[in-house]
Amino acid sequence: MSDFFPKQFFLFDPLSLFFLFVIFIISLPSAVYSLGYLKGGYSSAKITLAWFLLLIFVLSMAFVVTVSNVLVFLVFWEIMSLISYFLVVFDTKHEKSIQAGMIYIIMTHIGTAFLIAAFMMLYKHAGSFDFNAIKSACQIMPGQTKNIIFLLLLAGFGTKAGIVPLHIWLPYAHPQAPSHISSIMSGVMIKTAIYGIIRFVIYILGVQSSWWGILLLVLAGITCLVGIIYALMVRDIKRLLAYSSVENIGIILLGVGLAMFFQSMNMPYLAILSMIAGLYHLINHAIFKGLLFLCAGSVYKATGTRDIEKLGGLIKKMPQTAVYFLIGAMGISALPPLNGFVSEWLTLQAFFLGALNIIGGAKVFLVICAAILALTSGLAAACFVKAFGITFLALPRSNYAKDAKEVPLSMKAGMFFLSLLVIVFGLAAVKIIKILALVSSSVTGFDISSMSFSFNNFTLSPQADKHIYLSTPLLALLLIVLGVAGFVIYRLFGRGKTIIYNTWDCGYYKIGPRNEYTATAFSKPFRIAFSFFLLPYRKTQKIRESFYHVKSFAYETYTTPVFKRYIYEPLLALIFKTAKSMRKIQLGSIHLYLGYIFITLVLLIVFIRQF
Amino acid sequence: MFKIIIIILQLILFIIISPVLSGLISKIKNNIRMRKGQGILQPYYNLAKLSSKGEVVSETASWIFRITPFVVFASMLVSALLIPVFILRSPLNHAGDFLALIFIFSLGRFFLALSALDTGSSFGGMGSSREMFISSLAEPAFCMAVFAVSLQFGSTDISAFSGAHTIAVSSIVAGVTLFLVTIAETSRIPVDNQETHLELTMVHEAMLLEYSGRSLALIEMAAYIKQMILFFLIAQIVFPITLPVYGNLPQIFFWILWYLGRIIIIAIAVALVEVSVAKMRLFRVADFLGLAFVLGVIASVCAILGV
Repeated sequence: MSDFFPKQFFLFDPLSLFFLFVIFIISLPSAVYSLGYLKGGYSSAKITLAWFLLLIFVLSMAFVVTVSNVLVFLVFWEIMSLISYFLVVFDTKHEKSIQAGMIYIIMTHIGTAFLIAAFMMLYKHAGSFDFNAIKSACQIMPGQTKNIIFLLLLAGFGTKAGIVPLHIWLPYAHPQAPSHISSIMSGVMIKTAIYGIIRFVIYILGVQSSWWGILLLVLAGITCLVGIIYALMVRDIKRLLAYSSVENIGIILLGVGLAMFFQSMNMPYLAILSMIAGLYHLINHAIFKGLLFLCAGSVYKATGTRDIEKLGGLIKKMPQTAVYFLIGAMGISALPPLNGFVSEWLTLQAFFLGALNIIGGAKVFLVICAAILALTSGLAAACFVKAFGITFLALPRSNYAKDAKEVPLSMKAGMFFLSLLVIVFGLAAVKIIKILALVSSSVTGFDISSMSFSFNNFTLSPQADKHIYLSTPLLALLLIVLGVAGFVIYRLFGRGKTIIYNTWDCGYYKIGPRNEYTATAFSKPFRIAFSFFLLPYRKTQKIRESFYHVKSFAYETYTTPVFKRYIYEPLLALIFKTAKSMRKIQLGSIHLYLGYIFITLVLLIVFIRQF
Repeated sequence: MFKIIIIILQLILFIIISPVLSGLISKIKNNIRMRKGQGILQPYYNLAKLSSKGEVVSETASWIFRITPFVVFASMLVSALLIPVFILRSPLNHAGDFLALIFIFSLGRFFLALSALDTGSSFGGMGSSREMFISSLAEPAFCMAVFAVSLQFGSTDISAFSGAHTIAVSSIVAGVTLFLVTIAETSRIPVDNQETHLELTMVHEAMLLEYSGRSLALIEMAAYIKQMILFFLIAQIVFPITLPVYGNLPQIFFWILWYLGRIIIIAIAVALVEVSVAKMRLFRVADFLGLAFVLGVIASVCAILGV
């Protein structure tokens, strides 16, 4: 029984500290932001409640990544899930919030069920709930058990992280919470699942065979593509960001999966490099997704709508928010010299060096994974051109956007801080990589004293002897110098005057917001190109005055929610059907129920004797 | 000092030479079509004319529209500095490698697509949407070409394949892949058509529709430079020559001749493709780039097999 009361509760190794840093660096600006965001929108009692929930939410996440006991971990994990459920349904007046909360709490508990199963198996072998005790017990665990535990952990944490096809709750739940909470949920909470995978699979269980890594890579690749294709389709700005979180979790897991793969092949350098890439993208995603959700919240606060088809022209009404959103969008689209670029480059580099150095057919597999990453990054750029362009540029498409006002200082402060981080994490890549190398080394157990990932203080170099370099400060400097040079040329050569005039309207009549391109139109080529997956369909309706004159024309376009339609709905139908047939044994007689309990007891005793 | 001279020379070379390639391609096309056509130097005249003209900026446009020409211009010049031209390792070799080049290209494109949406014209939106569509599908093919070449030569350093002595199968296939990507990236037939201003078919031109005067000149210049960079890369992959590690000037000027000779071969190939195929429907472009991607994978497999 003494095992139930552990002597040591906390673990502050580099991995825990890294995640603690991620949690607080996103939560602090979000909390500052919420000062302005909550004001005016909610009653004072509700604001107090929001602060209370936020505090517990952040603390529970902090405990999740620092406790060193499986049982305590599970308790805080559950607190985190429950509090985030309350935050999802915080706007109780929305019907959608309740529904989103329902989907979320069911999915998250299915995930927890898998985790409990995995943890019980671990306990059975180790006889202890302590991380280190389990870790040492895992070294003598039979391979078959390890495989089962791995799959259970993957399903459990995968649900929280939003790996396809377990991502179904994420695009419902994240947008529904108040924006500063969305930013923490997408920026940080789903990362605790990555923490779980790294902590339990890589650190405690130990990567056993290469198919673990390959399985994770395949899932991650699918997650990337599915996430970004859906993000391109939606027109609710917060849902777009939520789907993009699914995509980015995929990119992070490409790094982590690759690290597992190399670890099983016993290639320390590449394992560390991939782990660095994954962790780097993890913190990058926390920063820019946190930032983008805060910006989306500002837009929502200022306009009252999240539908980007009704927005537009906000760059003039909310100039600062627009700049912050642009920086976040550039970061997430992996544009140099910002942070997303560095981590995606590192991930590609890890794939390249892997394909170069390993032996056998897996080379081609790694090359294809890299191509998927490239496609994802191209689609992400398109997605954020759409998100920024339709929301902030051109003319306002509705009165919502026309009357928008810039948000208060506290909200701007939160966004300013995070957009600064996007730039800093791009430029200070070498410093960050050195820290991440320490974290990766403590997780994988490989010695990094002889490894070098940088050429000098400004230049990354995964392989210096092969002259593979990347220097974001130098790139930034060059871009600025040559941009200024372009400006000088522009001033020197031009004598002509600049006239402000209408947009070209084909000499027809003055064009207005109705002539602007819409988000749905912007994504149409993608909808058609990926129609095999999206299964789009449309409804058209003509309202006629007479046979010759059509008064109005209604056109609606939809995409089929493939996972909901072909996986979750049949599953639910099956569950209901089973439940219905179970009713046959529920006759309402108490004697019968006592009989059932007795039979169950006997069966359990037999089960325990047998196994 | 030597490095700074090389950097400046490289910038000047790209700025001076790159427009002539477009003039050359259009001349060849016209000659094949039995037309007289414009002179080879026409792009220069166009640039000169544009820079002397006034500029009209849409009243809808924001600062994004104003800064885009400089961002596009700067990003293309940075890419031009990364590739080795005169000596084996470009002086700014440390700034980025072959993979970084893909991302730097996308920086300029990102801003161009935004500026097209900025004016509120539906042409701009159409161009922006299609350009992002084409480029996002071109990206994996581009990445595969880079991977194939890099796997063959063991490094993603752009200089790595500049030291090659023999041509491998993978290099040729990668070169063809890059050629197809180039056609898409430089808006050539069959993906796009630089000569048309027909609303329904233009892609790249639609994005630039609202630009005029000096801003347009800068963007056109950037497009010429991008084209030249891609031609350079294909030339170096398919017709490799060993560059001097430390340049001595006479040798460098000899290389320039050969360099330009190879680029002209690529330009002729592009012109031949342009006159011999019809423009595709937008959604056929997905198949075209799919083909490029498959070729890229084949090139990578060849590189892995070491042939």
